[in-house]
Amino acid sequence: MAEPRTLFDKVWDSHVVERLPDGTCILYIDRHLTHEVTSPQAFEGLRMAGRRVRRPDATIAVVDHNVPTSDRSKGIEEPESRLQVETLERNVAEFGVPYIPLLDARQGIVHIIGPELGISLPGFTIVCGDSHTSTHGALGALAFGIGTSEVEHVLATQTLLQKPAKNMLVRVDGTLGFGCTAKDIVLAIIGRIGTAGGTGHVIEYAGEAIRALDMAGRMTVCNMSIEAGARAGMIAPDETTFDYVRGRPYAPKAGAFEQAVAYWRTLPSDPGARYDRTVTLDAGAVAPMVTWGTSPEAVVPVTGTVPDPEGEPDEARRAQMRRMLDYMALTPGQRMQDVPVDVVFIGSCTNGRIEDIRAAATIARGRKVAPGVRALVVPGSGLVKQQAEEEGLDRVLTEAGFEWREAGCSMCLGMNPDKLTPGQRCASTSNRNFEGRQGPGGRTHLLSPAMAAAAAVTGRLADVRELA
Amino acid sequence: MDRFTTLTAIAAPLPLANVDTDKIIPARFLKTIKRTGLGVHLFDTLRYDESGAERPDFVLNQEPYRRAQILIAFENFGCGSSREHAPWALLDFGIRCVIAPDFADIFHNNCFKNGILPIRLPREVCEALMADARMGGNARLTVDLQRQVVVRPNGEEIRFEIDPFRRHLLLEGLDDIGQTLQHAPAIDGYEARQRSERAWVPAIGGV
Repeated sequence: MAEPRTLFDKVWDSHVVERLPDGTCILYIDRHLTHEVTSPQAFEGLRMAGRRVRRPDATIAVVDHNVPTSDRSKGIEEPESRLQVETLERNVAEFGVPYIPLLDARQGIVHIIGPELGISLPGFTIVCGDSHTSTHGALGALAFGIGTSEVEHVLATQTLLQKPAKNMLVRVDGTLGFGCTAKDIVLAIIGRIGTAGGTGHVIEYAGEAIRALDMAGRMTVCNMSIEAGARAGMIAPDETTFDYVRGRPYAPKAGAFEQAVAYWRTLPSDPGARYDRTVTLDAGAVAPMVTWGTSPEAVVPVTGTVPDPEGEPDEARRAQMRRMLDYMALTPGQRMQDVPVDVVFIGSCTNGRIEDIRAAATIARGRKVAPGVRALVVPGSGLVKQQAEEEGLDRVLTEAGFEWREAGCSMCLGMNPDKLTPGQRCASTSNRNFEGRQGPGGRTHLLSPAMAAAAAVTGRLADVRELA
Repeated sequence: MDRFTTLTAIAAPLPLANVDTDKIIPARFLKTIKRTGLGVHLFDTLRYDESGAERPDFVLNQEPYRRAQILIAFENFGCGSSREHAPWALLDFGIRCVIAPDFADIFHNNCFKNGILPIRLPREVCEALMADARMGGNARLTVDLQRQVVVRPNGEEIRFEIDPFRRHLLLEGLDDIGQTLQHAPAIDGYEARQRSERAWVPAIGGV
């Protein structure tokens, strides 16, 4: 009998074109997602070498990182951003790559629209010049971020040179408590294993609490795998997955869909499959989480306090903690719930889906954004925006004093005009709290959409369970 | 890509762990359509104050480290984004080799594509090299990729491990794409098999 294999092993094995003598594999790529920031130099490389795009029908381009999220009928004001967008438009025209333009209703963050349009499917290998490509692993795909040289490599060959990663299982047992979400699960995992805890591994998330998540929640968890250092995150496809995929514009139709499902059912890890590392977590013990430092691993329950570096035995870590507290302007022992915020950002590839906006609107309904707080809601895609508007969520949010904006990456990384000013403190549903991530000198606290909405209406990092 | 064989150079000490890609090159500098010219923004927030003036206490603003071609750092160097602008900025500044206890995967990969050699060495060795680097121009390090050794100023040789395929590509300055395209018949064969075995896979067209 064949050796039991993991979900990752199966997807990997079925995409190996050729194994080179030293173990490096030529890995076939089913879907290549591209955007304006990490592709210009790759297309330029193709042009200089006289190469073509091998599989335009397996490639899609969209603009997301640079685009303004306010009125865009007048185009992009900022010249460098405009040049990147125009360069992508020239490149897709020259190389025949399918493209979703800025003013198309389907435009949005690449990691939101891939699953939303049925471009990303279970069992696929999916890459993009962006580390949060791990998001698509929620479908049971092997999805990971690549650099621009690799973008060029995929454009030219539809393959990548890769060595297999190690398998890591993160099993989340039990059920989530009231007010707790997928974001809290993944922040708790990163807090446990650290930002390098998954280096060299692909994480498979399993267990009762993961099974119970909807696709949006699964995407949030897989999205932040990279924040734990993992190359990718994956969740075995099940009925939740199939129901999500069925009927999406680029998903297989009718008989082809049934064939696909039959194949997808073979993907979950075999009983007895071996993992190089296993971590377990009790979902019932997870509280709403919030980060206090400038690394996603610097996270505590919202009911907690800012940790004291003097209690850290390792000197290098102690120094890093001091530096983080200095940057974040926090003091050891301070209650997280006493920390005031200036800005609230709800959106990003981590938490820009309709379910996230519903969660925020539930808290916002009938309340007002606290005086002096600026709160932005940036839907992950034009379709998410449309759906929210059909549900009346935009009115709930704007009546509460939130800004309702156009789709894009926005304040997650501040490449467009949405950024923090030095010293501003932000409760953010995004994925990275690195120094200056949301704007030079900006201070980021990562949390769930409901927690972000709670921060907006109270003006501080609040425990959403007291508002719900 | 420039080949990497042997490098004898000044090494800059950067005694920080978790140096993320936003520290190496903040997102606001990613709005370029070129690979070059990013060196001036390398470590921007560590290197310059709010007015844009150099911070004199930052290592790369000091002599002789302005000419450093080797960087010594601590754990999890390059974590975060997949932006290849990070190795491009290092390379444009002149850095050809980074030595640290470990690296984030994507950054590690991106280095090789640009002729930068990332070397993993244990923490205590990095600390010793950090001490060497603090001696500045008086203490050059030699990195010999052929022999897979780092030579300390005192002559001590430290062996490092590297993937043989990547070593070969670096030593020869080879382009990955050209290598892979030699296997085009295998890729054609794979695609033909997939078309019959996974006939349900849709094409993206008519967007």
